[in-house]
Amino acid sequence: MSHLIIAPVVLPAVIGPLIILWMRNDLLLQRVFSIAGTALLAGVALYLNVLAAGGEVQVYRLGNWAAPFGIVLMLDRLAALMLLLTAVLALAVQLYAMGSGWDRKGRHFHALWQFQLMGICGAFLTGDAFNLFVFFEILLIASYGLMIHGGGEMRLRAGVQYIAYNLAGSTLFLAALGVLYSVTGTLNMADMALRVAAMPAEDTALLRVGAVLLMLVFAVKAALVPLHFWLPSTYANAPGPVAALFAIMTKVGVYGIIRFFTLVFPQDTVIESVVADLLLPAALFTLAIGQIGILGTRHLGRLAGFAAIGSIGTLMIAVAQFTPQGTSAAVYYLIHSTLAAGALFLIVDMIGARRGDLWLRLDRAMPGQGLIAALYFTAAIAVVGMPPFSGFIGKLLVMQATGAAPAMVWIWATILITSLIAIYALSRAGSIIFWKSFEVEGQELPSALELAPATVRGPIPPKLEPDEPIQDLGDAPANWLAVASVALLLSGIVALTAFAGPAMRLAEATAAQLHNPDAYVSAVLEGQEGTK
Amino acid sequence: MELLLSSAIGMLTAAGVYLILRRRSFAVVLGMTMLSYAINLFLFSTGRLVVNAPPILRDGATAYTDPLPQALVLTAIVISFGMTAVVVMMALGAFLEGGDDRVDMPRADRLPADSLSGNRMSGDGDA
Repeated sequence: MSHLIIAPVVLPAVIGPLIILWMRNDLLLQRVFSIAGTALLAGVALYLNVLAAGGEVQVYRLGNWAAPFGIVLMLDRLAALMLLLTAVLALAVQLYAMGSGWDRKGRHFHALWQFQLMGICGAFLTGDAFNLFVFFEILLIASYGLMIHGGGEMRLRAGVQYIAYNLAGSTLFLAALGVLYSVTGTLNMADMALRVAAMPAEDTALLRVGAVLLMLVFAVKAALVPLHFWLPSTYANAPGPVAALFAIMTKVGVYGIIRFFTLVFPQDTVIESVVADLLLPAALFTLAIGQIGILGTRHLGRLAGFAAIGSIGTLMIAVAQFTPQGTSAAVYYLIHSTLAAGALFLIVDMIGARRGDLWLRLDRAMPGQGLIAALYFTAAIAVVGMPPFSGFIGKLLVMQATGAAPAMVWIWATILITSLIAIYALSRAGSIIFWKSFEVEGQELPSALELAPATVRGPIPPKLEPDEPIQDLGDAPANWLAVASVALLLSGIVALTAFAGPAMRLAEATAAQLHNPDAYVSAVLEGQEGTK
Repeated sequence: MELLLSSAIGMLTAAGVYLILRRRSFAVVLGMTMLSYAINLFLFSTGRLVVNAPPILRDGATAYTDPLPQALVLTAIVISFGMTAVVVMMALGAFLEGGDDRVDMPRADRLPADSLSGNRMSGDGDA
């Protein structure tokens, strides 16, 4: 039992309050501690991946209490992989937030960031259903703060919507847990799996209600159609780096569905195929609406948001197969789509900072146009899933995994047609912003490097209360750092393409472990000598 | 007893759902509160309804009630209380910045200002 399993929760939980209590007026210290914390988190996540690569499911019993009574943290391949993905995304995006100056447009950016990481990591690690709810609330409450970072009318309005939607989702979560507890009498996920499997088939009506309620909760988080309405306005109005971090938040919902419906409610047992029957059409509609939304919107932030919805659709198609092949394709595509969506949100933010707003319309050429165009081009190829990047491999894997499915014709047709729509939509947006801008009369927009930081055009001006000055570093936003962090995310996609073989083997091992839940259950409930 | 509790949960849920579908943030916040009350009662009932029994299991005890749902309800109350405070603050902020308390997004969220008619930047007209 390695104590480092709890480190991804404890580390941000220590650094966050430290930042609030000791460094609230010193941005430099905040940046140093926050970056160091996230980098350390990435190191720990890497170590945990090595630990999980042995194939054994690791258990961490909090307070050393015996399993169905105490809370357990579980480390298996999927949890370790999600932790690493979270840490890498957070590190790159945090560098962007510093480089672009976003972190000084409000007061508690870095503290909220750490709390956000704490919630996300906890949700991936926990093996207790109610504890999962608590970590969901932690990540949500931090995300409320991050979402309205910087303030402004539209952002606050979108924030109210986002909170209201997610509060309703949280009540649904509690209702689902209540139903499951009243039927099974346990909240430990492994114990619940045992009791669900032992339940006579004629007594499972309430259990199925609980399972579907739980699926709805995770579908809200994952923004699955028709529960996606919160996403476009939220992501379009959130600060760029925050929207990029939110790319992992939708994946928390996907993770929840994968975890619960491979471990507690495997296919063809008590819940039969009711969840898959609901999930697959929803996934197809999600993909279609996401990609058509890219075409329909006139706002770049919403464009990236709809692209994120579309990628969730593809991901869910693979998940809804509930076969090892489908799950391994989902794991691969999940890594890809998180990195790609994160990169796209950051690039959209860079465009917004140079053009002044995010509307998709003709304007003069912006400074550093060529570089940003190259980044946009790369990210767009990755998002729509064209060769040579990992999006192509991912979509191919999803199609391969669904080749034998009864609805194969519908799935393939939806994936292929919507990909075409997305290619058209993203190239149209790119040509309006990057190519046609040279035809517009007038001078180039002023270079961001030549302006003082306060006058750099951005979606919102820096806004701090005058009586409580936060230490201003007085430097211009470090554009090189912002570009480098986007390049870091894109290089992750390139690496995922170049090392597709090893990545796929990892995904297959992960899927094999997920579809053999006995090892998970026995790791929790057996070998409990020496516990309280 | 069962009828009383279940009808209370049902009515609170119905009122809560009706209120969160309203367009004003005050009604939505109120609806959220009612919904969380309903869920708290529901969670409480998941340990089965037992009257006049302690939530402690000890040797020789003949009757006891499940203590776990009570702990869960306590957690849920704390969380929903905190969340209500956050949503009230956020709704106040949106009201002060935007001038009205509607929860739906104005057209200016979807369309650029120059394609909106007149000066109705925020609000959809009949607000």
